[in-house]
Amino acid sequence: MEKIIIDKLNKIFKERLLKAVDERVSYSYDASFGQHIPDLVVQVLSAEEVQKTVEIADEFAIPIYPRGASTSLSGGPLPVHGGIVMDFSQWTQKLEIYPDDLIIKVSPGVKTGDIHRLAEHYNLMYAPDPSSSSICTIGGNLAENAGGPRGVKYGVTKDYVIGLEVVTAAGKLIRTGGSTVKNVTGYDLTKLLIGSEGTLGIITEATLRLIPKPLDTMTAMVIFDDLYTAGKSISKILTAGVRPSKMEILDQNSINKVEDYAELNLPRDAAAIILVEVDGDPEVLPKELAVIKKALEEIGVSNVQVAENKEQEQKLWQVRKLVSPAIVTSGYTKISEDATVPLSKIPDMFKKIDEIKNKYNLNIVVFGHAGDGNLHPTINTNMRDEEEVKRVEFAVEEIFNYAIELGGTLSGEHGIGTMKKAFMLNEVGDDGLDFQKAIKKALDPKNILNPGKIFPEKGEKRLVLRNG
Amino acid sequence: MANALLNKLDIEATYDCVQCGYCLPVCPTYIAFKKEKHSPRGRINLVQMAAKGKITIEDMQEGIDLCLGCRACETVCPTNVRYGDILMSAVEVLKENKDMGVIEKVNRTAAFKFALKNKNVLRIINKGLYAYQVSGMQKVVKNYNLLKPVKKFNQMNKAMPDVILSKRITRNINPFRRNDLSIGFFQGCIMDSFFANINELAVKIMKKHYVQVTNIPKQGCCGALQHHAGETAQTVELAMKNIAAYEKYDFDYIVNTIGGCGATLKEYDKLFEPGTDWHKRAVEFTNKVRDISQIMALIDLDLVHGIDKNAVYQPSCHLENVQKVFNDPLKLINKIPQLNYIEMPQKSLCCGSAGIYNILHFDESMQILDLKMNNVKISKPNLIITSNPGCHIQMQLGVEREGLSNEIAVKHIVEVIAEACGVE
Repeated sequence: MEKIIIDKLNKIFKERLLKAVDERVSYSYDASFGQHIPDLVVQVLSAEEVQKTVEIADEFAIPIYPRGASTSLSGGPLPVHGGIVMDFSQWTQKLEIYPDDLIIKVSPGVKTGDIHRLAEHYNLMYAPDPSSSSICTIGGNLAENAGGPRGVKYGVTKDYVIGLEVVTAAGKLIRTGGSTVKNVTGYDLTKLLIGSEGTLGIITEATLRLIPKPLDTMTAMVIFDDLYTAGKSISKILTAGVRPSKMEILDQNSINKVEDYAELNLPRDAAAIILVEVDGDPEVLPKELAVIKKALEEIGVSNVQVAENKEQEQKLWQVRKLVSPAIVTSGYTKISEDATVPLSKIPDMFKKIDEIKNKYNLNIVVFGHAGDGNLHPTINTNMRDEEEVKRVEFAVEEIFNYAIELGGTLSGEHGIGTMKKAFMLNEVGDDGLDFQKAIKKALDPKNILNPGKIFPEKGEKRLVLRNG
Repeated sequence: MANALLNKLDIEATYDCVQCGYCLPVCPTYIAFKKEKHSPRGRINLVQMAAKGKITIEDMQEGIDLCLGCRACETVCPTNVRYGDILMSAVEVLKENKDMGVIEKVNRTAAFKFALKNKNVLRIINKGLYAYQVSGMQKVVKNYNLLKPVKKFNQMNKAMPDVILSKRITRNINPFRRNDLSIGFFQGCIMDSFFANINELAVKIMKKHYVQVTNIPKQGCCGALQHHAGETAQTVELAMKNIAAYEKYDFDYIVNTIGGCGATLKEYDKLFEPGTDWHKRAVEFTNKVRDISQIMALIDLDLVHGIDKNAVYQPSCHLENVQKVFNDPLKLINKIPQLNYIEMPQKSLCCGSAGIYNILHFDESMQILDLKMNNVKISKPNLIITSNPGCHIQMQLGVEREGLSNEIAVKHIVEVIAEACGVE
């Protein structure tokens, strides 16, 4: 990096400009794959600092990679072309609630879990609940349009953002949306920017919408003898007249892994279990679960266990929480995907994954958010076994392509990043991709904002997990 | 040579890390220093990169040196990364790689090889401290900050506990005594000289409740500080000595009052190759190791006096994250009549004492302590209950630094229980 650039940044950031190798390698990874060491890291604390950095990046044509807590599973914050990592994790200073307006204003580094807590304190709720909410930043959630279990009833991040402050690739500070739910003044840039993975602008503040916190929750565990019925039951439940707030599925492999790990007395023989939560008025909740039970009886499913108290309810959700730790064998790495399919196609997807598992002789478990078709087939593999990793790559590719074939999508909530860009073309086609590229080109002509993400390189067709 | 050294890094354990970042919010150094290299995820990456030769051994020095070793990350880690093993391997490699600075070398030679290993020397140090305190000098030093030559240790001096002369616990194997529970008491060395009082109270509490307590003549230091400093050979030697000393008896439990030492005792098995005779002996030893709070929670305590205080509990990191003792101290505290227990925010965050971290890295340690004291101030206690001597001194120091020594008392859990039991 040229000295003049370092000097300029040094003036702005001082001890928050990281140059030493031990600092830089610490911003070279996320929770996905690949390691890319940035030339510099800046820890931003204001929109003005972001603007000044972007101006320098624009002048010298240096890439900038915004980074939150780096929990990304798709390579979103990786500095793949070198340049500057812009660390937002320390910019936690703004977290303001306006309870009477049902909104919260936040700086990008605030942890999603802190937003949940503040809202709950006022009997309100910020609905998106990615499982990493105790660590991940709202900035990362916005960039990737994060989801979570509550998506089935409440939607995802983009459904709760009504305004943004953004630094453009030219270093200008703009605002999109506002403080009202209804707003049709001009293009809906807010929705365009959310999920754009930091490639169109850098978000420096967000106004989030809150909803009343549900009074109570109740949970039931539904046990299935075969996967096909489990898949069918999802649509059955959702058309019964009740809207569950969470609906999570675990296949037999997941159940047994959790049971091995934590001994919770789970039905090892079950082909799958689905955890269903309903929320709202405590007097109504048992009635809602009864409606679900009745609907399930119509398709021959009668094994439904309702948690009778909070302790039992917590234990059931513990099952879902433990899947991730339970499936990792020591020395192995888990590769977790999030291909998403239309609800009616879930049984097909399960069947296909089982075939792929046998074909490539891999350790794959499937769990995920059944209620929105967002499955997490997760492969447990030894990254030092090149031959096995190759098989993993083929398997993941087949899962991606089958999801698209079923009318689904590559990614429900993790983002495209570096991991899935090779498959973009399969899903959106040449013209679709060109349309997206035109937007990128118009808003970031020098390609300095998070380059190397979303769009495939020329001829890039394969998933490659091994690098760095 | 460099390669042989790199092979000592526990790269296998680093592959268990999926870089999910769950360790970040519980890591005191990440919270205080705000840089990824001071997080567990960052350090594991540094070790892996050094092991692969992509960065130098020196490059991982600062990140590793400033780790408190509190191991809170292990408690939250969803993939059970053996962080302690990775850290220890890096500490040892750094120690072997680098000619230690003169001052540190003197410190280590004096403190580790000589004093900690030799109980008589410690007793002399203890007596020295005792003389220094009874002579009334402490008041003068405390009030005028006279301790020289290293200015920054003045505050540490202010936090020194009042020392009583440690005396040997009598061997009291009496066949006529009712012995529901038979325990071997591990005195520890730092604890013995700085906190002889607490050991004495612990023994008295147990005896009062018909626990048969035996002191072992040939026991030595647990080896914790040597281990943290990468002096593995010395640690192994001490472990063997202790294992051999306790094997001669048939105790139900081996009990200590020091969270940090107890953690080292609990991990003696890790010092030996599985399958070897010594490993087997170590496992038998570690299976019996218990913290005093676990024993006190086991017996039906006769709590005759109320303690009218608002108390917070500062757990020892190693008591929680290594010994996995989370609830017993709280159970005890909640049993004390009239005592109002307040749950302190981020209770399990390390106080920054961490063995001798607060001596080697004073300024950084104070940054961590400030985080802790903010949470103390939010909780507004008039009593802080500790479970480890290092934390005890550090919390006392925190109270001094905030100018709260008139409002907040710092007491070891044994002292509090002793008071409630009427044991003096």
